[in-house]
Amino acid sequence: MSTESSTGSSTGSSTGSDTAAAATAPAPAPVRAFSGVSVGDVLPPLTVHVDRARLVQYAGASLDRNRIHWDEPFAKQVGLPDVIAHGMFTMGSAVTLVTDWAGDAGRVVEYGVRFTKPVVVPYDTGADIEVSGVVKSADPQTRRVTVELTATSGGEKVLGRALAVVALD
Amino acid sequence: MPVNADFQGRVYPPTETYRVSAAKIREFAEAVGSSDPVHVDADVARARGYADVIAPPTFAVLIAQQCDAQLIRDPEAGIDFSRVVHGEQRFTHHRPLTAGDAVVGTLHVDTVREAGGHAMVTTRTELATEQGEAVCTATSTIVIRGGE
Repeated sequence: MSTESSTGSSTGSSTGSDTAAAATAPAPAPVRAFSGVSVGDVLPPLTVHVDRARLVQYAGASLDRNRIHWDEPFAKQVGLPDVIAHGMFTMGSAVTLVTDWAGDAGRVVEYGVRFTKPVVVPYDTGADIEVSGVVKSADPQTRRVTVELTATSGGEKVLGRALAVVALD
Repeated sequence: MPVNADFQGRVYPPTETYRVSAAKIREFAEAVGSSDPVHVDADVARARGYADVIAPPTFAVLIAQQCDAQLIRDPEAGIDFSRVVHGEQRFTHHRPLTAGDAVVGTLHVDTVREAGGHAMVTTRTELATEQGEAVCTATSTIVIRGGE
């Protein structure tokens, strides 16, 4: 396990003083240019596989340790079909489609979803979440683009009204 | 037990300071599968104009849910947590949450309403630095399922 400071940069920059690090700082990855984006553009789709281990990982990272996300007998006792994924796991993993496309995770200025159905996560197989996205609007004044996301699992739509607004260059 | 409608409009005092760490950002980014190096490599983050590594777009929920707990755990609010389902979530980012940020959250209970035998509560957490710079607005609607 690496420490917080040794981030394993793949850029080959030398370690040392701040000055040296600045001199060899990697060129910023290009952020998608607004001029190249049109309404109706389809973003590359994404499949997120989620199993119990992933939910335990998310529970720890997010501090949402609700038992319905990892304890199968408990989930069934409260009337659920099985363990279900955190809605926020689905929301958080789905938006990586947008941040990868935009080129910088810091460009998401608004993001909202409705949780329409739970993602059921069986012990044996886990579950797949299929995510797709399309550009719904683009504002040349602000260079902000609205992407509508669709996320399904087991044929059911798990997110509704899922809109992310990204500020492009 | 019905949810106490008197809580609509309530504003809680700012929470204790939450310090955003590079370690927690990395952990959260790995958990949601966000592979952008801006979450883990400070050089990349600085090259893009950020002060340090930045959090993924939904990281703020971690702080906002701690704020929401003030309401959910308040016995007078009448919220049965075992019946709570997350209905909607929204973030407006004024800027990305960044490692080193010291933020406080102020919880607003925007609406409490009944619909179809269920109660719906919308809360809004305003996250700002200790110096008062607005960072993120996180809005959450929870549904408290009615008795069968």
